Amino acid sequence: MPSLKDLKNRINSVKSTQKITKAMQMVAAAKLRRAQDAAESARPYAERMEKVLAGLGAAYEGRPDAPALLAGTGKDQTHLLVVATGERGLAGGFNSSIARLARDHAQKLLGAGKTVKILTVGKKGADILKRGFAKNIVEQVSLRDVKQLGYGTAQELGEKILAMYAAGEFDVATLYYNRFQSVVSQIPTAQQLVPAKFEKGESEEIKSGSAIYDYEPDEEAILEDLLPRNVSVQIFRALLENNASFFGAQMSAMDNATRNAGEMINKLTLSYNRQRQAQITKELIEIISGAEAL
Amino acid sequence: MAEGVKVEIVSPEVLVLSAEARSVTVPGTEGYLTVLGPHAPLMTTLKPGFVTVTDTSGSARSFFVGGGFADISDAGVTILAEEARPASDFGRTEIEARIAEAQKALDAASEIEDKQTAQNRLDIWKNLLLESAALSSTVH
Repeated sequence: MPSLKDLKNRINSVKSTQKITKAMQMVAAAKLRRAQDAAESARPYAERMEKVLAGLGAAYEGRPDAPALLAGTGKDQTHLLVVATGERGLAGGFNSSIARLARDHAQKLLGAGKTVKILTVGKKGADILKRGFAKNIVEQVSLRDVKQLGYGTAQELGEKILAMYAAGEFDVATLYYNRFQSVVSQIPTAQQLVPAKFEKGESEEIKSGSAIYDYEPDEEAILEDLLPRNVSVQIFRALLENNASFFGAQMSAMDNATRNAGEMINKLTLSYNRQRQAQITKELIEIISGAEAL
Repeated sequence: MAEGVKVEIVSPEVLVLSAEARSVTVPGTEGYLTVLGPHAPLMTTLKPGFVTVTDTSGSARSFFVGGGFADISDAGVTILAEEARPASDFGRTEIEARIAEAQKALDAASEIEDKQTAQNRLDIWKNLLLESAALSSTVH
């Protein structure tokens, strides 16, 4: 049985923990709003890009002269998994859920006799995947120094991946990130980056409408120009979604922590009061029995 | 749509401009082109340059775009640029910095093809310097 003083100390320490988690929750809420705004303002670009590419890409589907980024290398031996996680922890299952998805896929691919290479974005993903896949990790990108997530960051990453593709280091690239659904729900998502994939239903409709388009320079040149750009844009979008998801996850994790701390304080206060009362009763009995003895 | 054309300039980070305009001039890879009223659907890639938007009252605004592409259709002109901002933010010093960068890339290039692209890029930026000077004397 802890003494009264011990209990008092514990209550105080839980109280200060609660203050920290509460503050973190509020900071995450503020940052979440900003991250959400950023994700939203990036949406028009990505959407238009997708629409244009879907129209152009549909025309090239299955043709032997399609650009390599669209048609692929014709093999699917080497897979590159780009795993985007957060730089920090304390965000509930945010990092581990992406890592788990990537790990499951990696295991499946390895089981099928494929080669797996992993590129991690964000420190936490690397930390988790190091256990078990240390030899598969080819590169770790840290975004720790990036204050404001800009297109430049995504572009650098995109260029890195394209250079690897050009050097024939992989055949298929898949990007793992958390899609932002709401503050309480983030969905770990796998998206194929290379070769580019488009929504089928949508492209059909555009295909019929794109026949009258004039292209300057020609269709092929535009496609060659757009496909690499699309990789960066998709990465940028994923990073922004990931960022918003991270703060959402952190907010709800910290909300939980604050609530748990509150419960704990209540419990500890209850046993503190009980013990104090027991002590008072004991003292009273001692006084009374002492008085009776006289 | 009697006259006017709807114009949108979108960068990956933000929607820079969405407005109704009388005419839009965009820096296509194969030359500047101006869009008035309803235009036949056209898709073109852009080189770094200035987009000039003349609004319905006749006053012109320009924006710097760092490459990208323009989608011209019934719905209007949509410019997707990797970099887009008002030309007033994009001064001579910045262009000169890019020229120096391009020059460096040219010096570093060893393959003939790389040299070609670097040279092209350098020329584009050098032209841009002249354009920007002409622009600042006509539009503010």
